[in-house]
Amino acid sequence: MSWASELPAELLCRPTGLIALSGLDITYNAIHKSIWDAFCNNRRPDRVPLQFIVVQGDHEFPKCRTNKRQSYEWYIPKGILKTNWMRKHLNLVPAVVVIFFDLDWDEPLWKEKQMECATRVEIVRNSLQGSGTKVSVVLIQKNAPLPPGEDVIAVERAASLCSLCDLSAKHLYVLPHTDHLVGYTIRLENAFYELSQSYYHGEAKKVKAHRDFLNKTTHQLLFVRHQFKIAFYNELKQDTHTALKHYKQAYGHLLELRMHDTNLLEIKVNAGFINYKLCRMSFFHNAPLDGIAQFRKHIDFFKSKVGIAELAFEHSAWMSRQFHLFGDLFDEAIKLGLTAIQTQHPGFYYQQAANHAIARKQLCRGFCKPSFKTDETDNLEKMKALDFYGQRYWRPNHQSIDPPDPVKEKEGIADLQNLELRVDHSAIIIPLLSSAVAQFKKYKSPRMKRYLMVQMGEEYYHGKDYQKSLMFLSKVMWDYRGERWWPLLTSILVISMRCAYLTANVKDYVSNCLELIGPLDTKCTVEDKTRIQMNLLRVISNDAPEPEPGLDPVCVEKAKALWSTNSIEPCVFLIEMQSIVPLVECKAKFKADTVPADAEVEIEVYLRVKCPFPVRFSKLSVALSNQIYNQYCEIIDGHGISAASEMESRGGDLYLVPDRPKVFRFSFLPAQEDVEGKIEIIDVTLELGTRTARCAQLRWIGSGGDAVAQIQTAEHLLPKKPVSHIEDTLNWDYVEAQGLARVIPRASLLDIQIEHHPPCLQNEFYVCQLTITNKEDTVISHVRLSIETSESEAEDQTTHLCLDKAIFGGHIVSNISKVSLDELASGEKSSKTLFIKCLQTGNRNIFISINYLVEVRKKNQVILCMCQKKEMFMLNCVEPFEVAVKIMSMKFEATEVVQVDEPFLAMPELHCISPWPVEIQDSSIKLTSYVVHTDTFQSQLQGVSLKKRECAAECISLKPLNSIHPTVSLGTYVLHWRRKYENPITEQPFVSTVFLLPTVSLEQLPISVDLCLPAYGSVKTLLPVCYTIHNKTPYPQEIEINVEASDSFMFAGNKQVHFRVLPRKAYNLMYNLFPLVPGHVMLPKMHLNMLRYPGTMDLIVQKSLPTHIFIKPMGKTLERAA
Amino acid sequence: MAVCVAVIAKENYPLFIKTIPTENELKFYYTVHTSLDVVEEKVSVVGKNNNELRELYLGLLYPTEDYKVYGYVTNTKVKFVIVVESSNTSLRDNEIRSMFRKLHNSYVDMLCNPFYTPGEPITSKTFENMVLSMM
Repeated sequence: MSWASELPAELLCRPTGLIALSGLDITYNAIHKSIWDAFCNNRRPDRVPLQFIVVQGDHEFPKCRTNKRQSYEWYIPKGILKTNWMRKHLNLVPAVVVIFFDLDWDEPLWKEKQMECATRVEIVRNSLQGSGTKVSVVLIQKNAPLPPGEDVIAVERAASLCSLCDLSAKHLYVLPHTDHLVGYTIRLENAFYELSQSYYHGEAKKVKAHRDFLNKTTHQLLFVRHQFKIAFYNELKQDTHTALKHYKQAYGHLLELRMHDTNLLEIKVNAGFINYKLCRMSFFHNAPLDGIAQFRKHIDFFKSKVGIAELAFEHSAWMSRQFHLFGDLFDEAIKLGLTAIQTQHPGFYYQQAANHAIARKQLCRGFCKPSFKTDETDNLEKMKALDFYGQRYWRPNHQSIDPPDPVKEKEGIADLQNLELRVDHSAIIIPLLSSAVAQFKKYKSPRMKRYLMVQMGEEYYHGKDYQKSLMFLSKVMWDYRGERWWPLLTSILVISMRCAYLTANVKDYVSNCLELIGPLDTKCTVEDKTRIQMNLLRVISNDAPEPEPGLDPVCVEKAKALWSTNSIEPCVFLIEMQSIVPLVECKAKFKADTVPADAEVEIEVYLRVKCPFPVRFSKLSVALSNQIYNQYCEIIDGHGISAASEMESRGGDLYLVPDRPKVFRFSFLPAQEDVEGKIEIIDVTLELGTRTARCAQLRWIGSGGDAVAQIQTAEHLLPKKPVSHIEDTLNWDYVEAQGLARVIPRASLLDIQIEHHPPCLQNEFYVCQLTITNKEDTVISHVRLSIETSESEAEDQTTHLCLDKAIFGGHIVSNISKVSLDELASGEKSSKTLFIKCLQTGNRNIFISINYLVEVRKKNQVILCMCQKKEMFMLNCVEPFEVAVKIMSMKFEATEVVQVDEPFLAMPELHCISPWPVEIQDSSIKLTSYVVHTDTFQSQLQGVSLKKRECAAECISLKPLNSIHPTVSLGTYVLHWRRKYENPITEQPFVSTVFLLPTVSLEQLPISVDLCLPAYGSVKTLLPVCYTIHNKTPYPQEIEINVEASDSFMFAGNKQVHFRVLPRKAYNLMYNLFPLVPGHVMLPKMHLNMLRYPGTMDLIVQKSLPTHIFIKPMGKTLERAA
Repeated sequence: MAVCVAVIAKENYPLFIKTIPTENELKFYYTVHTSLDVVEEKVSVVGKNNNELRELYLGLLYPTEDYKVYGYVTNTKVKFVIVVESSNTSLRDNEIRSMFRKLHNSYVDMLCNPFYTPGEPITSKTFENMVLSMM
């Protein structure tokens, strides 16, 4: 019943003032044509909103009512709004008629032309008799006009023309036909626009004036009509604000009308019109909230005003149309820059429109009975020919409460129902839904979008376009599955399955069946599930399934034909199981995540079905990353699909009983190329049906899993209990899919014994005895030994390795790789000696690996396996001894300063800290050029061996040479040593360890004093001593000597003496001492003073001289003893 | 009172839906499901703007011709949705709030049951009775 809710085109357009151009010959006159083009072509929005029409000079305009009504007293309106009124004022009655006339001011035949023009004006005036339409004249001139006031003839002639035509001077225009035509046109246009505005203003005023004559009882309809007219005139005048005000008043009056079944349609139609105008203007005035509020008010008011019950669909159609129109208006406003939000956008209105359209369809189905009346075209003509909007064609102009003729009324209603039955409702609903989908998508409402798509799918289903329905539904099913809204998914699935049935789409049908009878918490009853499973069985056995209950019998017949034709061709199709929630679940796992190269890879495939009845599958296969294994991973069930009960057969048994998980095992030997690689499960495929007829390949990518992935909850974070595998009672939930296994090299049976005695001593050649024992059953070949000090690439530069022979040529070898060894027979041993020389202390790891090939016999197959045995041990390296070198003066007093040319002592002291006894072969000293031996060096440590915590020391006398350096290094001290073994296995070389000798400070003295003293003296025996003073300088030195008296000695010699020593000469001072007391006695102190360096030399000299001497007591005399 | 009460899990699947009348259940399911669009939008907008405590009550999600849908999201992102008829004007915002509060308390009580695994559909009789009392 769309005709009543459609809006006429004149209502939808934006009203613009109408200007009629008369006297233009646009067919034959090029100038006129160009003028016309300037007016009507290229009307950009910045030009005034006017509509132009070209009329003949003698055009008949619609007659204005001549008998102006003076009183409305006896007038009873027959309807609200006339159908032709808007069209008339938009397209027929001009606001201004412009008469174009070719006339120049200097026209030679002025009089004649003037008369002609006046005649034309007269004709137009006559035609417009009584209406307020303005008339104006435009003279088309060839010459450009002179500035105002200069052309005297023009002024005069213009005045005469005006008076002759009875035209105000304001309404006479001149259009020079020159280059600036468009500019002149625009100016003319603006003038006409003003004229048109004043015309429409006047018209509106005229209508307003009628108001005083109206009374509320009989003229209620006129209140609405008049306000509408005023508003429309104002719209033509482009005064939208005033127009809006009057439309509001019209709407207000409309709602005040008495409403009854006979006039309700008319009211609703007109209310729809006015509401449309109101909303449109609100959006135009950028007041969308006003528009929305008006629309809500409108809908709330009329929502319940259904009218005649038999024509209830009409109301729904009208409601739907209202929403649709508002949605369009809203959308239009958004395109012009309005912003909408998620909860307020056109999508809601389109959706509501669709809902009402759906309601309309249901009402139509419910009420409309096809009747045998023909002649619909005639009725349609009548509908279109009505005088007033929204009236019934069988009783036009009727305004009283009761229908005039009940029979006619009944017939009319039946006709309308008949008409409604022919409407393709789906074609109305689906575009509405799809508009809504687009809007909801735009405003971030994916779920609403999906819901609407489901509705579209359902609508296509109702519209019998099953293919499309299937397409739409399959698009959204995924999301409902993902969000686990099972009830919604089920309802979609049911429709989808019906569509699949009706289109005989085997794949979708099977897929939907698999899901519907699956583990979902669906609303399907057991009977439904049973029926579906039986149908599934029929389809797979190449029969047609039973139709779903409640389908259109006609379609079912068609579907049956389709099913019978497509059962001829074999049909194999793939269904991805992870994208649905199927009845069968699969978990595939490798039994172990690492498999040795010589063991069988074992795969277990767990299958479980959840449906009312057992299912027999035809084939199970697992595809692995390496295709060569796939031949081992197949089970084919030899029975037909209908064979019930479990039984053994040649292939295997794929008969699955609901809720009894079953496990299928495959095993194979890994290929050589996969060793140290991995084997992955690519997919698991379960086939249902036979390949010669229909076969559904159910495929799980990877290793499968639960049909419904578990939501992570606290429970799942707890560790799982260990799985106990007992056939038939295996716990599905504890089986974890495991789709990846690594193949590791075969475990080696080689034995490596390492014999050594840690800790290792720094620098020594540490002996490790490697003993390799072949414990394999067979001979091993290609035996390669590698030894490394670090696993990483970075080489250890502090550890030297050598095999068999202890050699170190200064170049560090930190790994020995792939040393070939001999083949080893079973049980045979081979041994190697490894020397390790650690240059630094600390811990290090030594890695020993042996690679070899061995033949393994498995399953009557000989596999050549590459095996590797790795051993690692940690080696701690410690220092064997500590060396402290002491520098001492000749008095064995520790010193840091030595005098040039004066001998001193260097004393290396060895502390053995090695846990092992150490044998010292020799020691040597390498001196720098600043120092020399005072005598020949011979090691005092030769052949010494030290145990832990034992010490050894030697003393070397050295003499510094004259040097310019204040401090000099002495050189190095080298020890040659080795570990002392109880019973040495191999000849072990000595190694040398170098220690640095300390540096000493040098001191240069001008003199040196020597004391010549016997080793000891005896009491009361003469003890001659001699001080020798050397002058080392090239100058004579004056020296004072002063010897202190001593209680222990009497002495003879100079107590105080002053003398000179010549350069490079010595001076002797002789004293005879006579010891008085025995024991360790202090010598008389000698003080030396050099006049050149007063007070400095004494202390230095004192240091270098012995201070004491041992005096023996007098021997006991014999006579005393006697 | 309410015509539909729903509890939706954090992952947006239904834990519990009760509708009155039951014959048009599916429509309410769709209504609740589509309202999640608005819930998600509202929650995400708040999350972006500030770290202040979000109000659990989301207010009116969206109006349809016949029903009003209200939403409430707990701190653990469990959503409550209540649908009331548009014609029912006696229910003001405050009443709806207190309904949600009641629902939340009842949900928490239900959750305290050690035999209930979070994430499973709610089968508690007490909870159901409480919901029925609001309908």
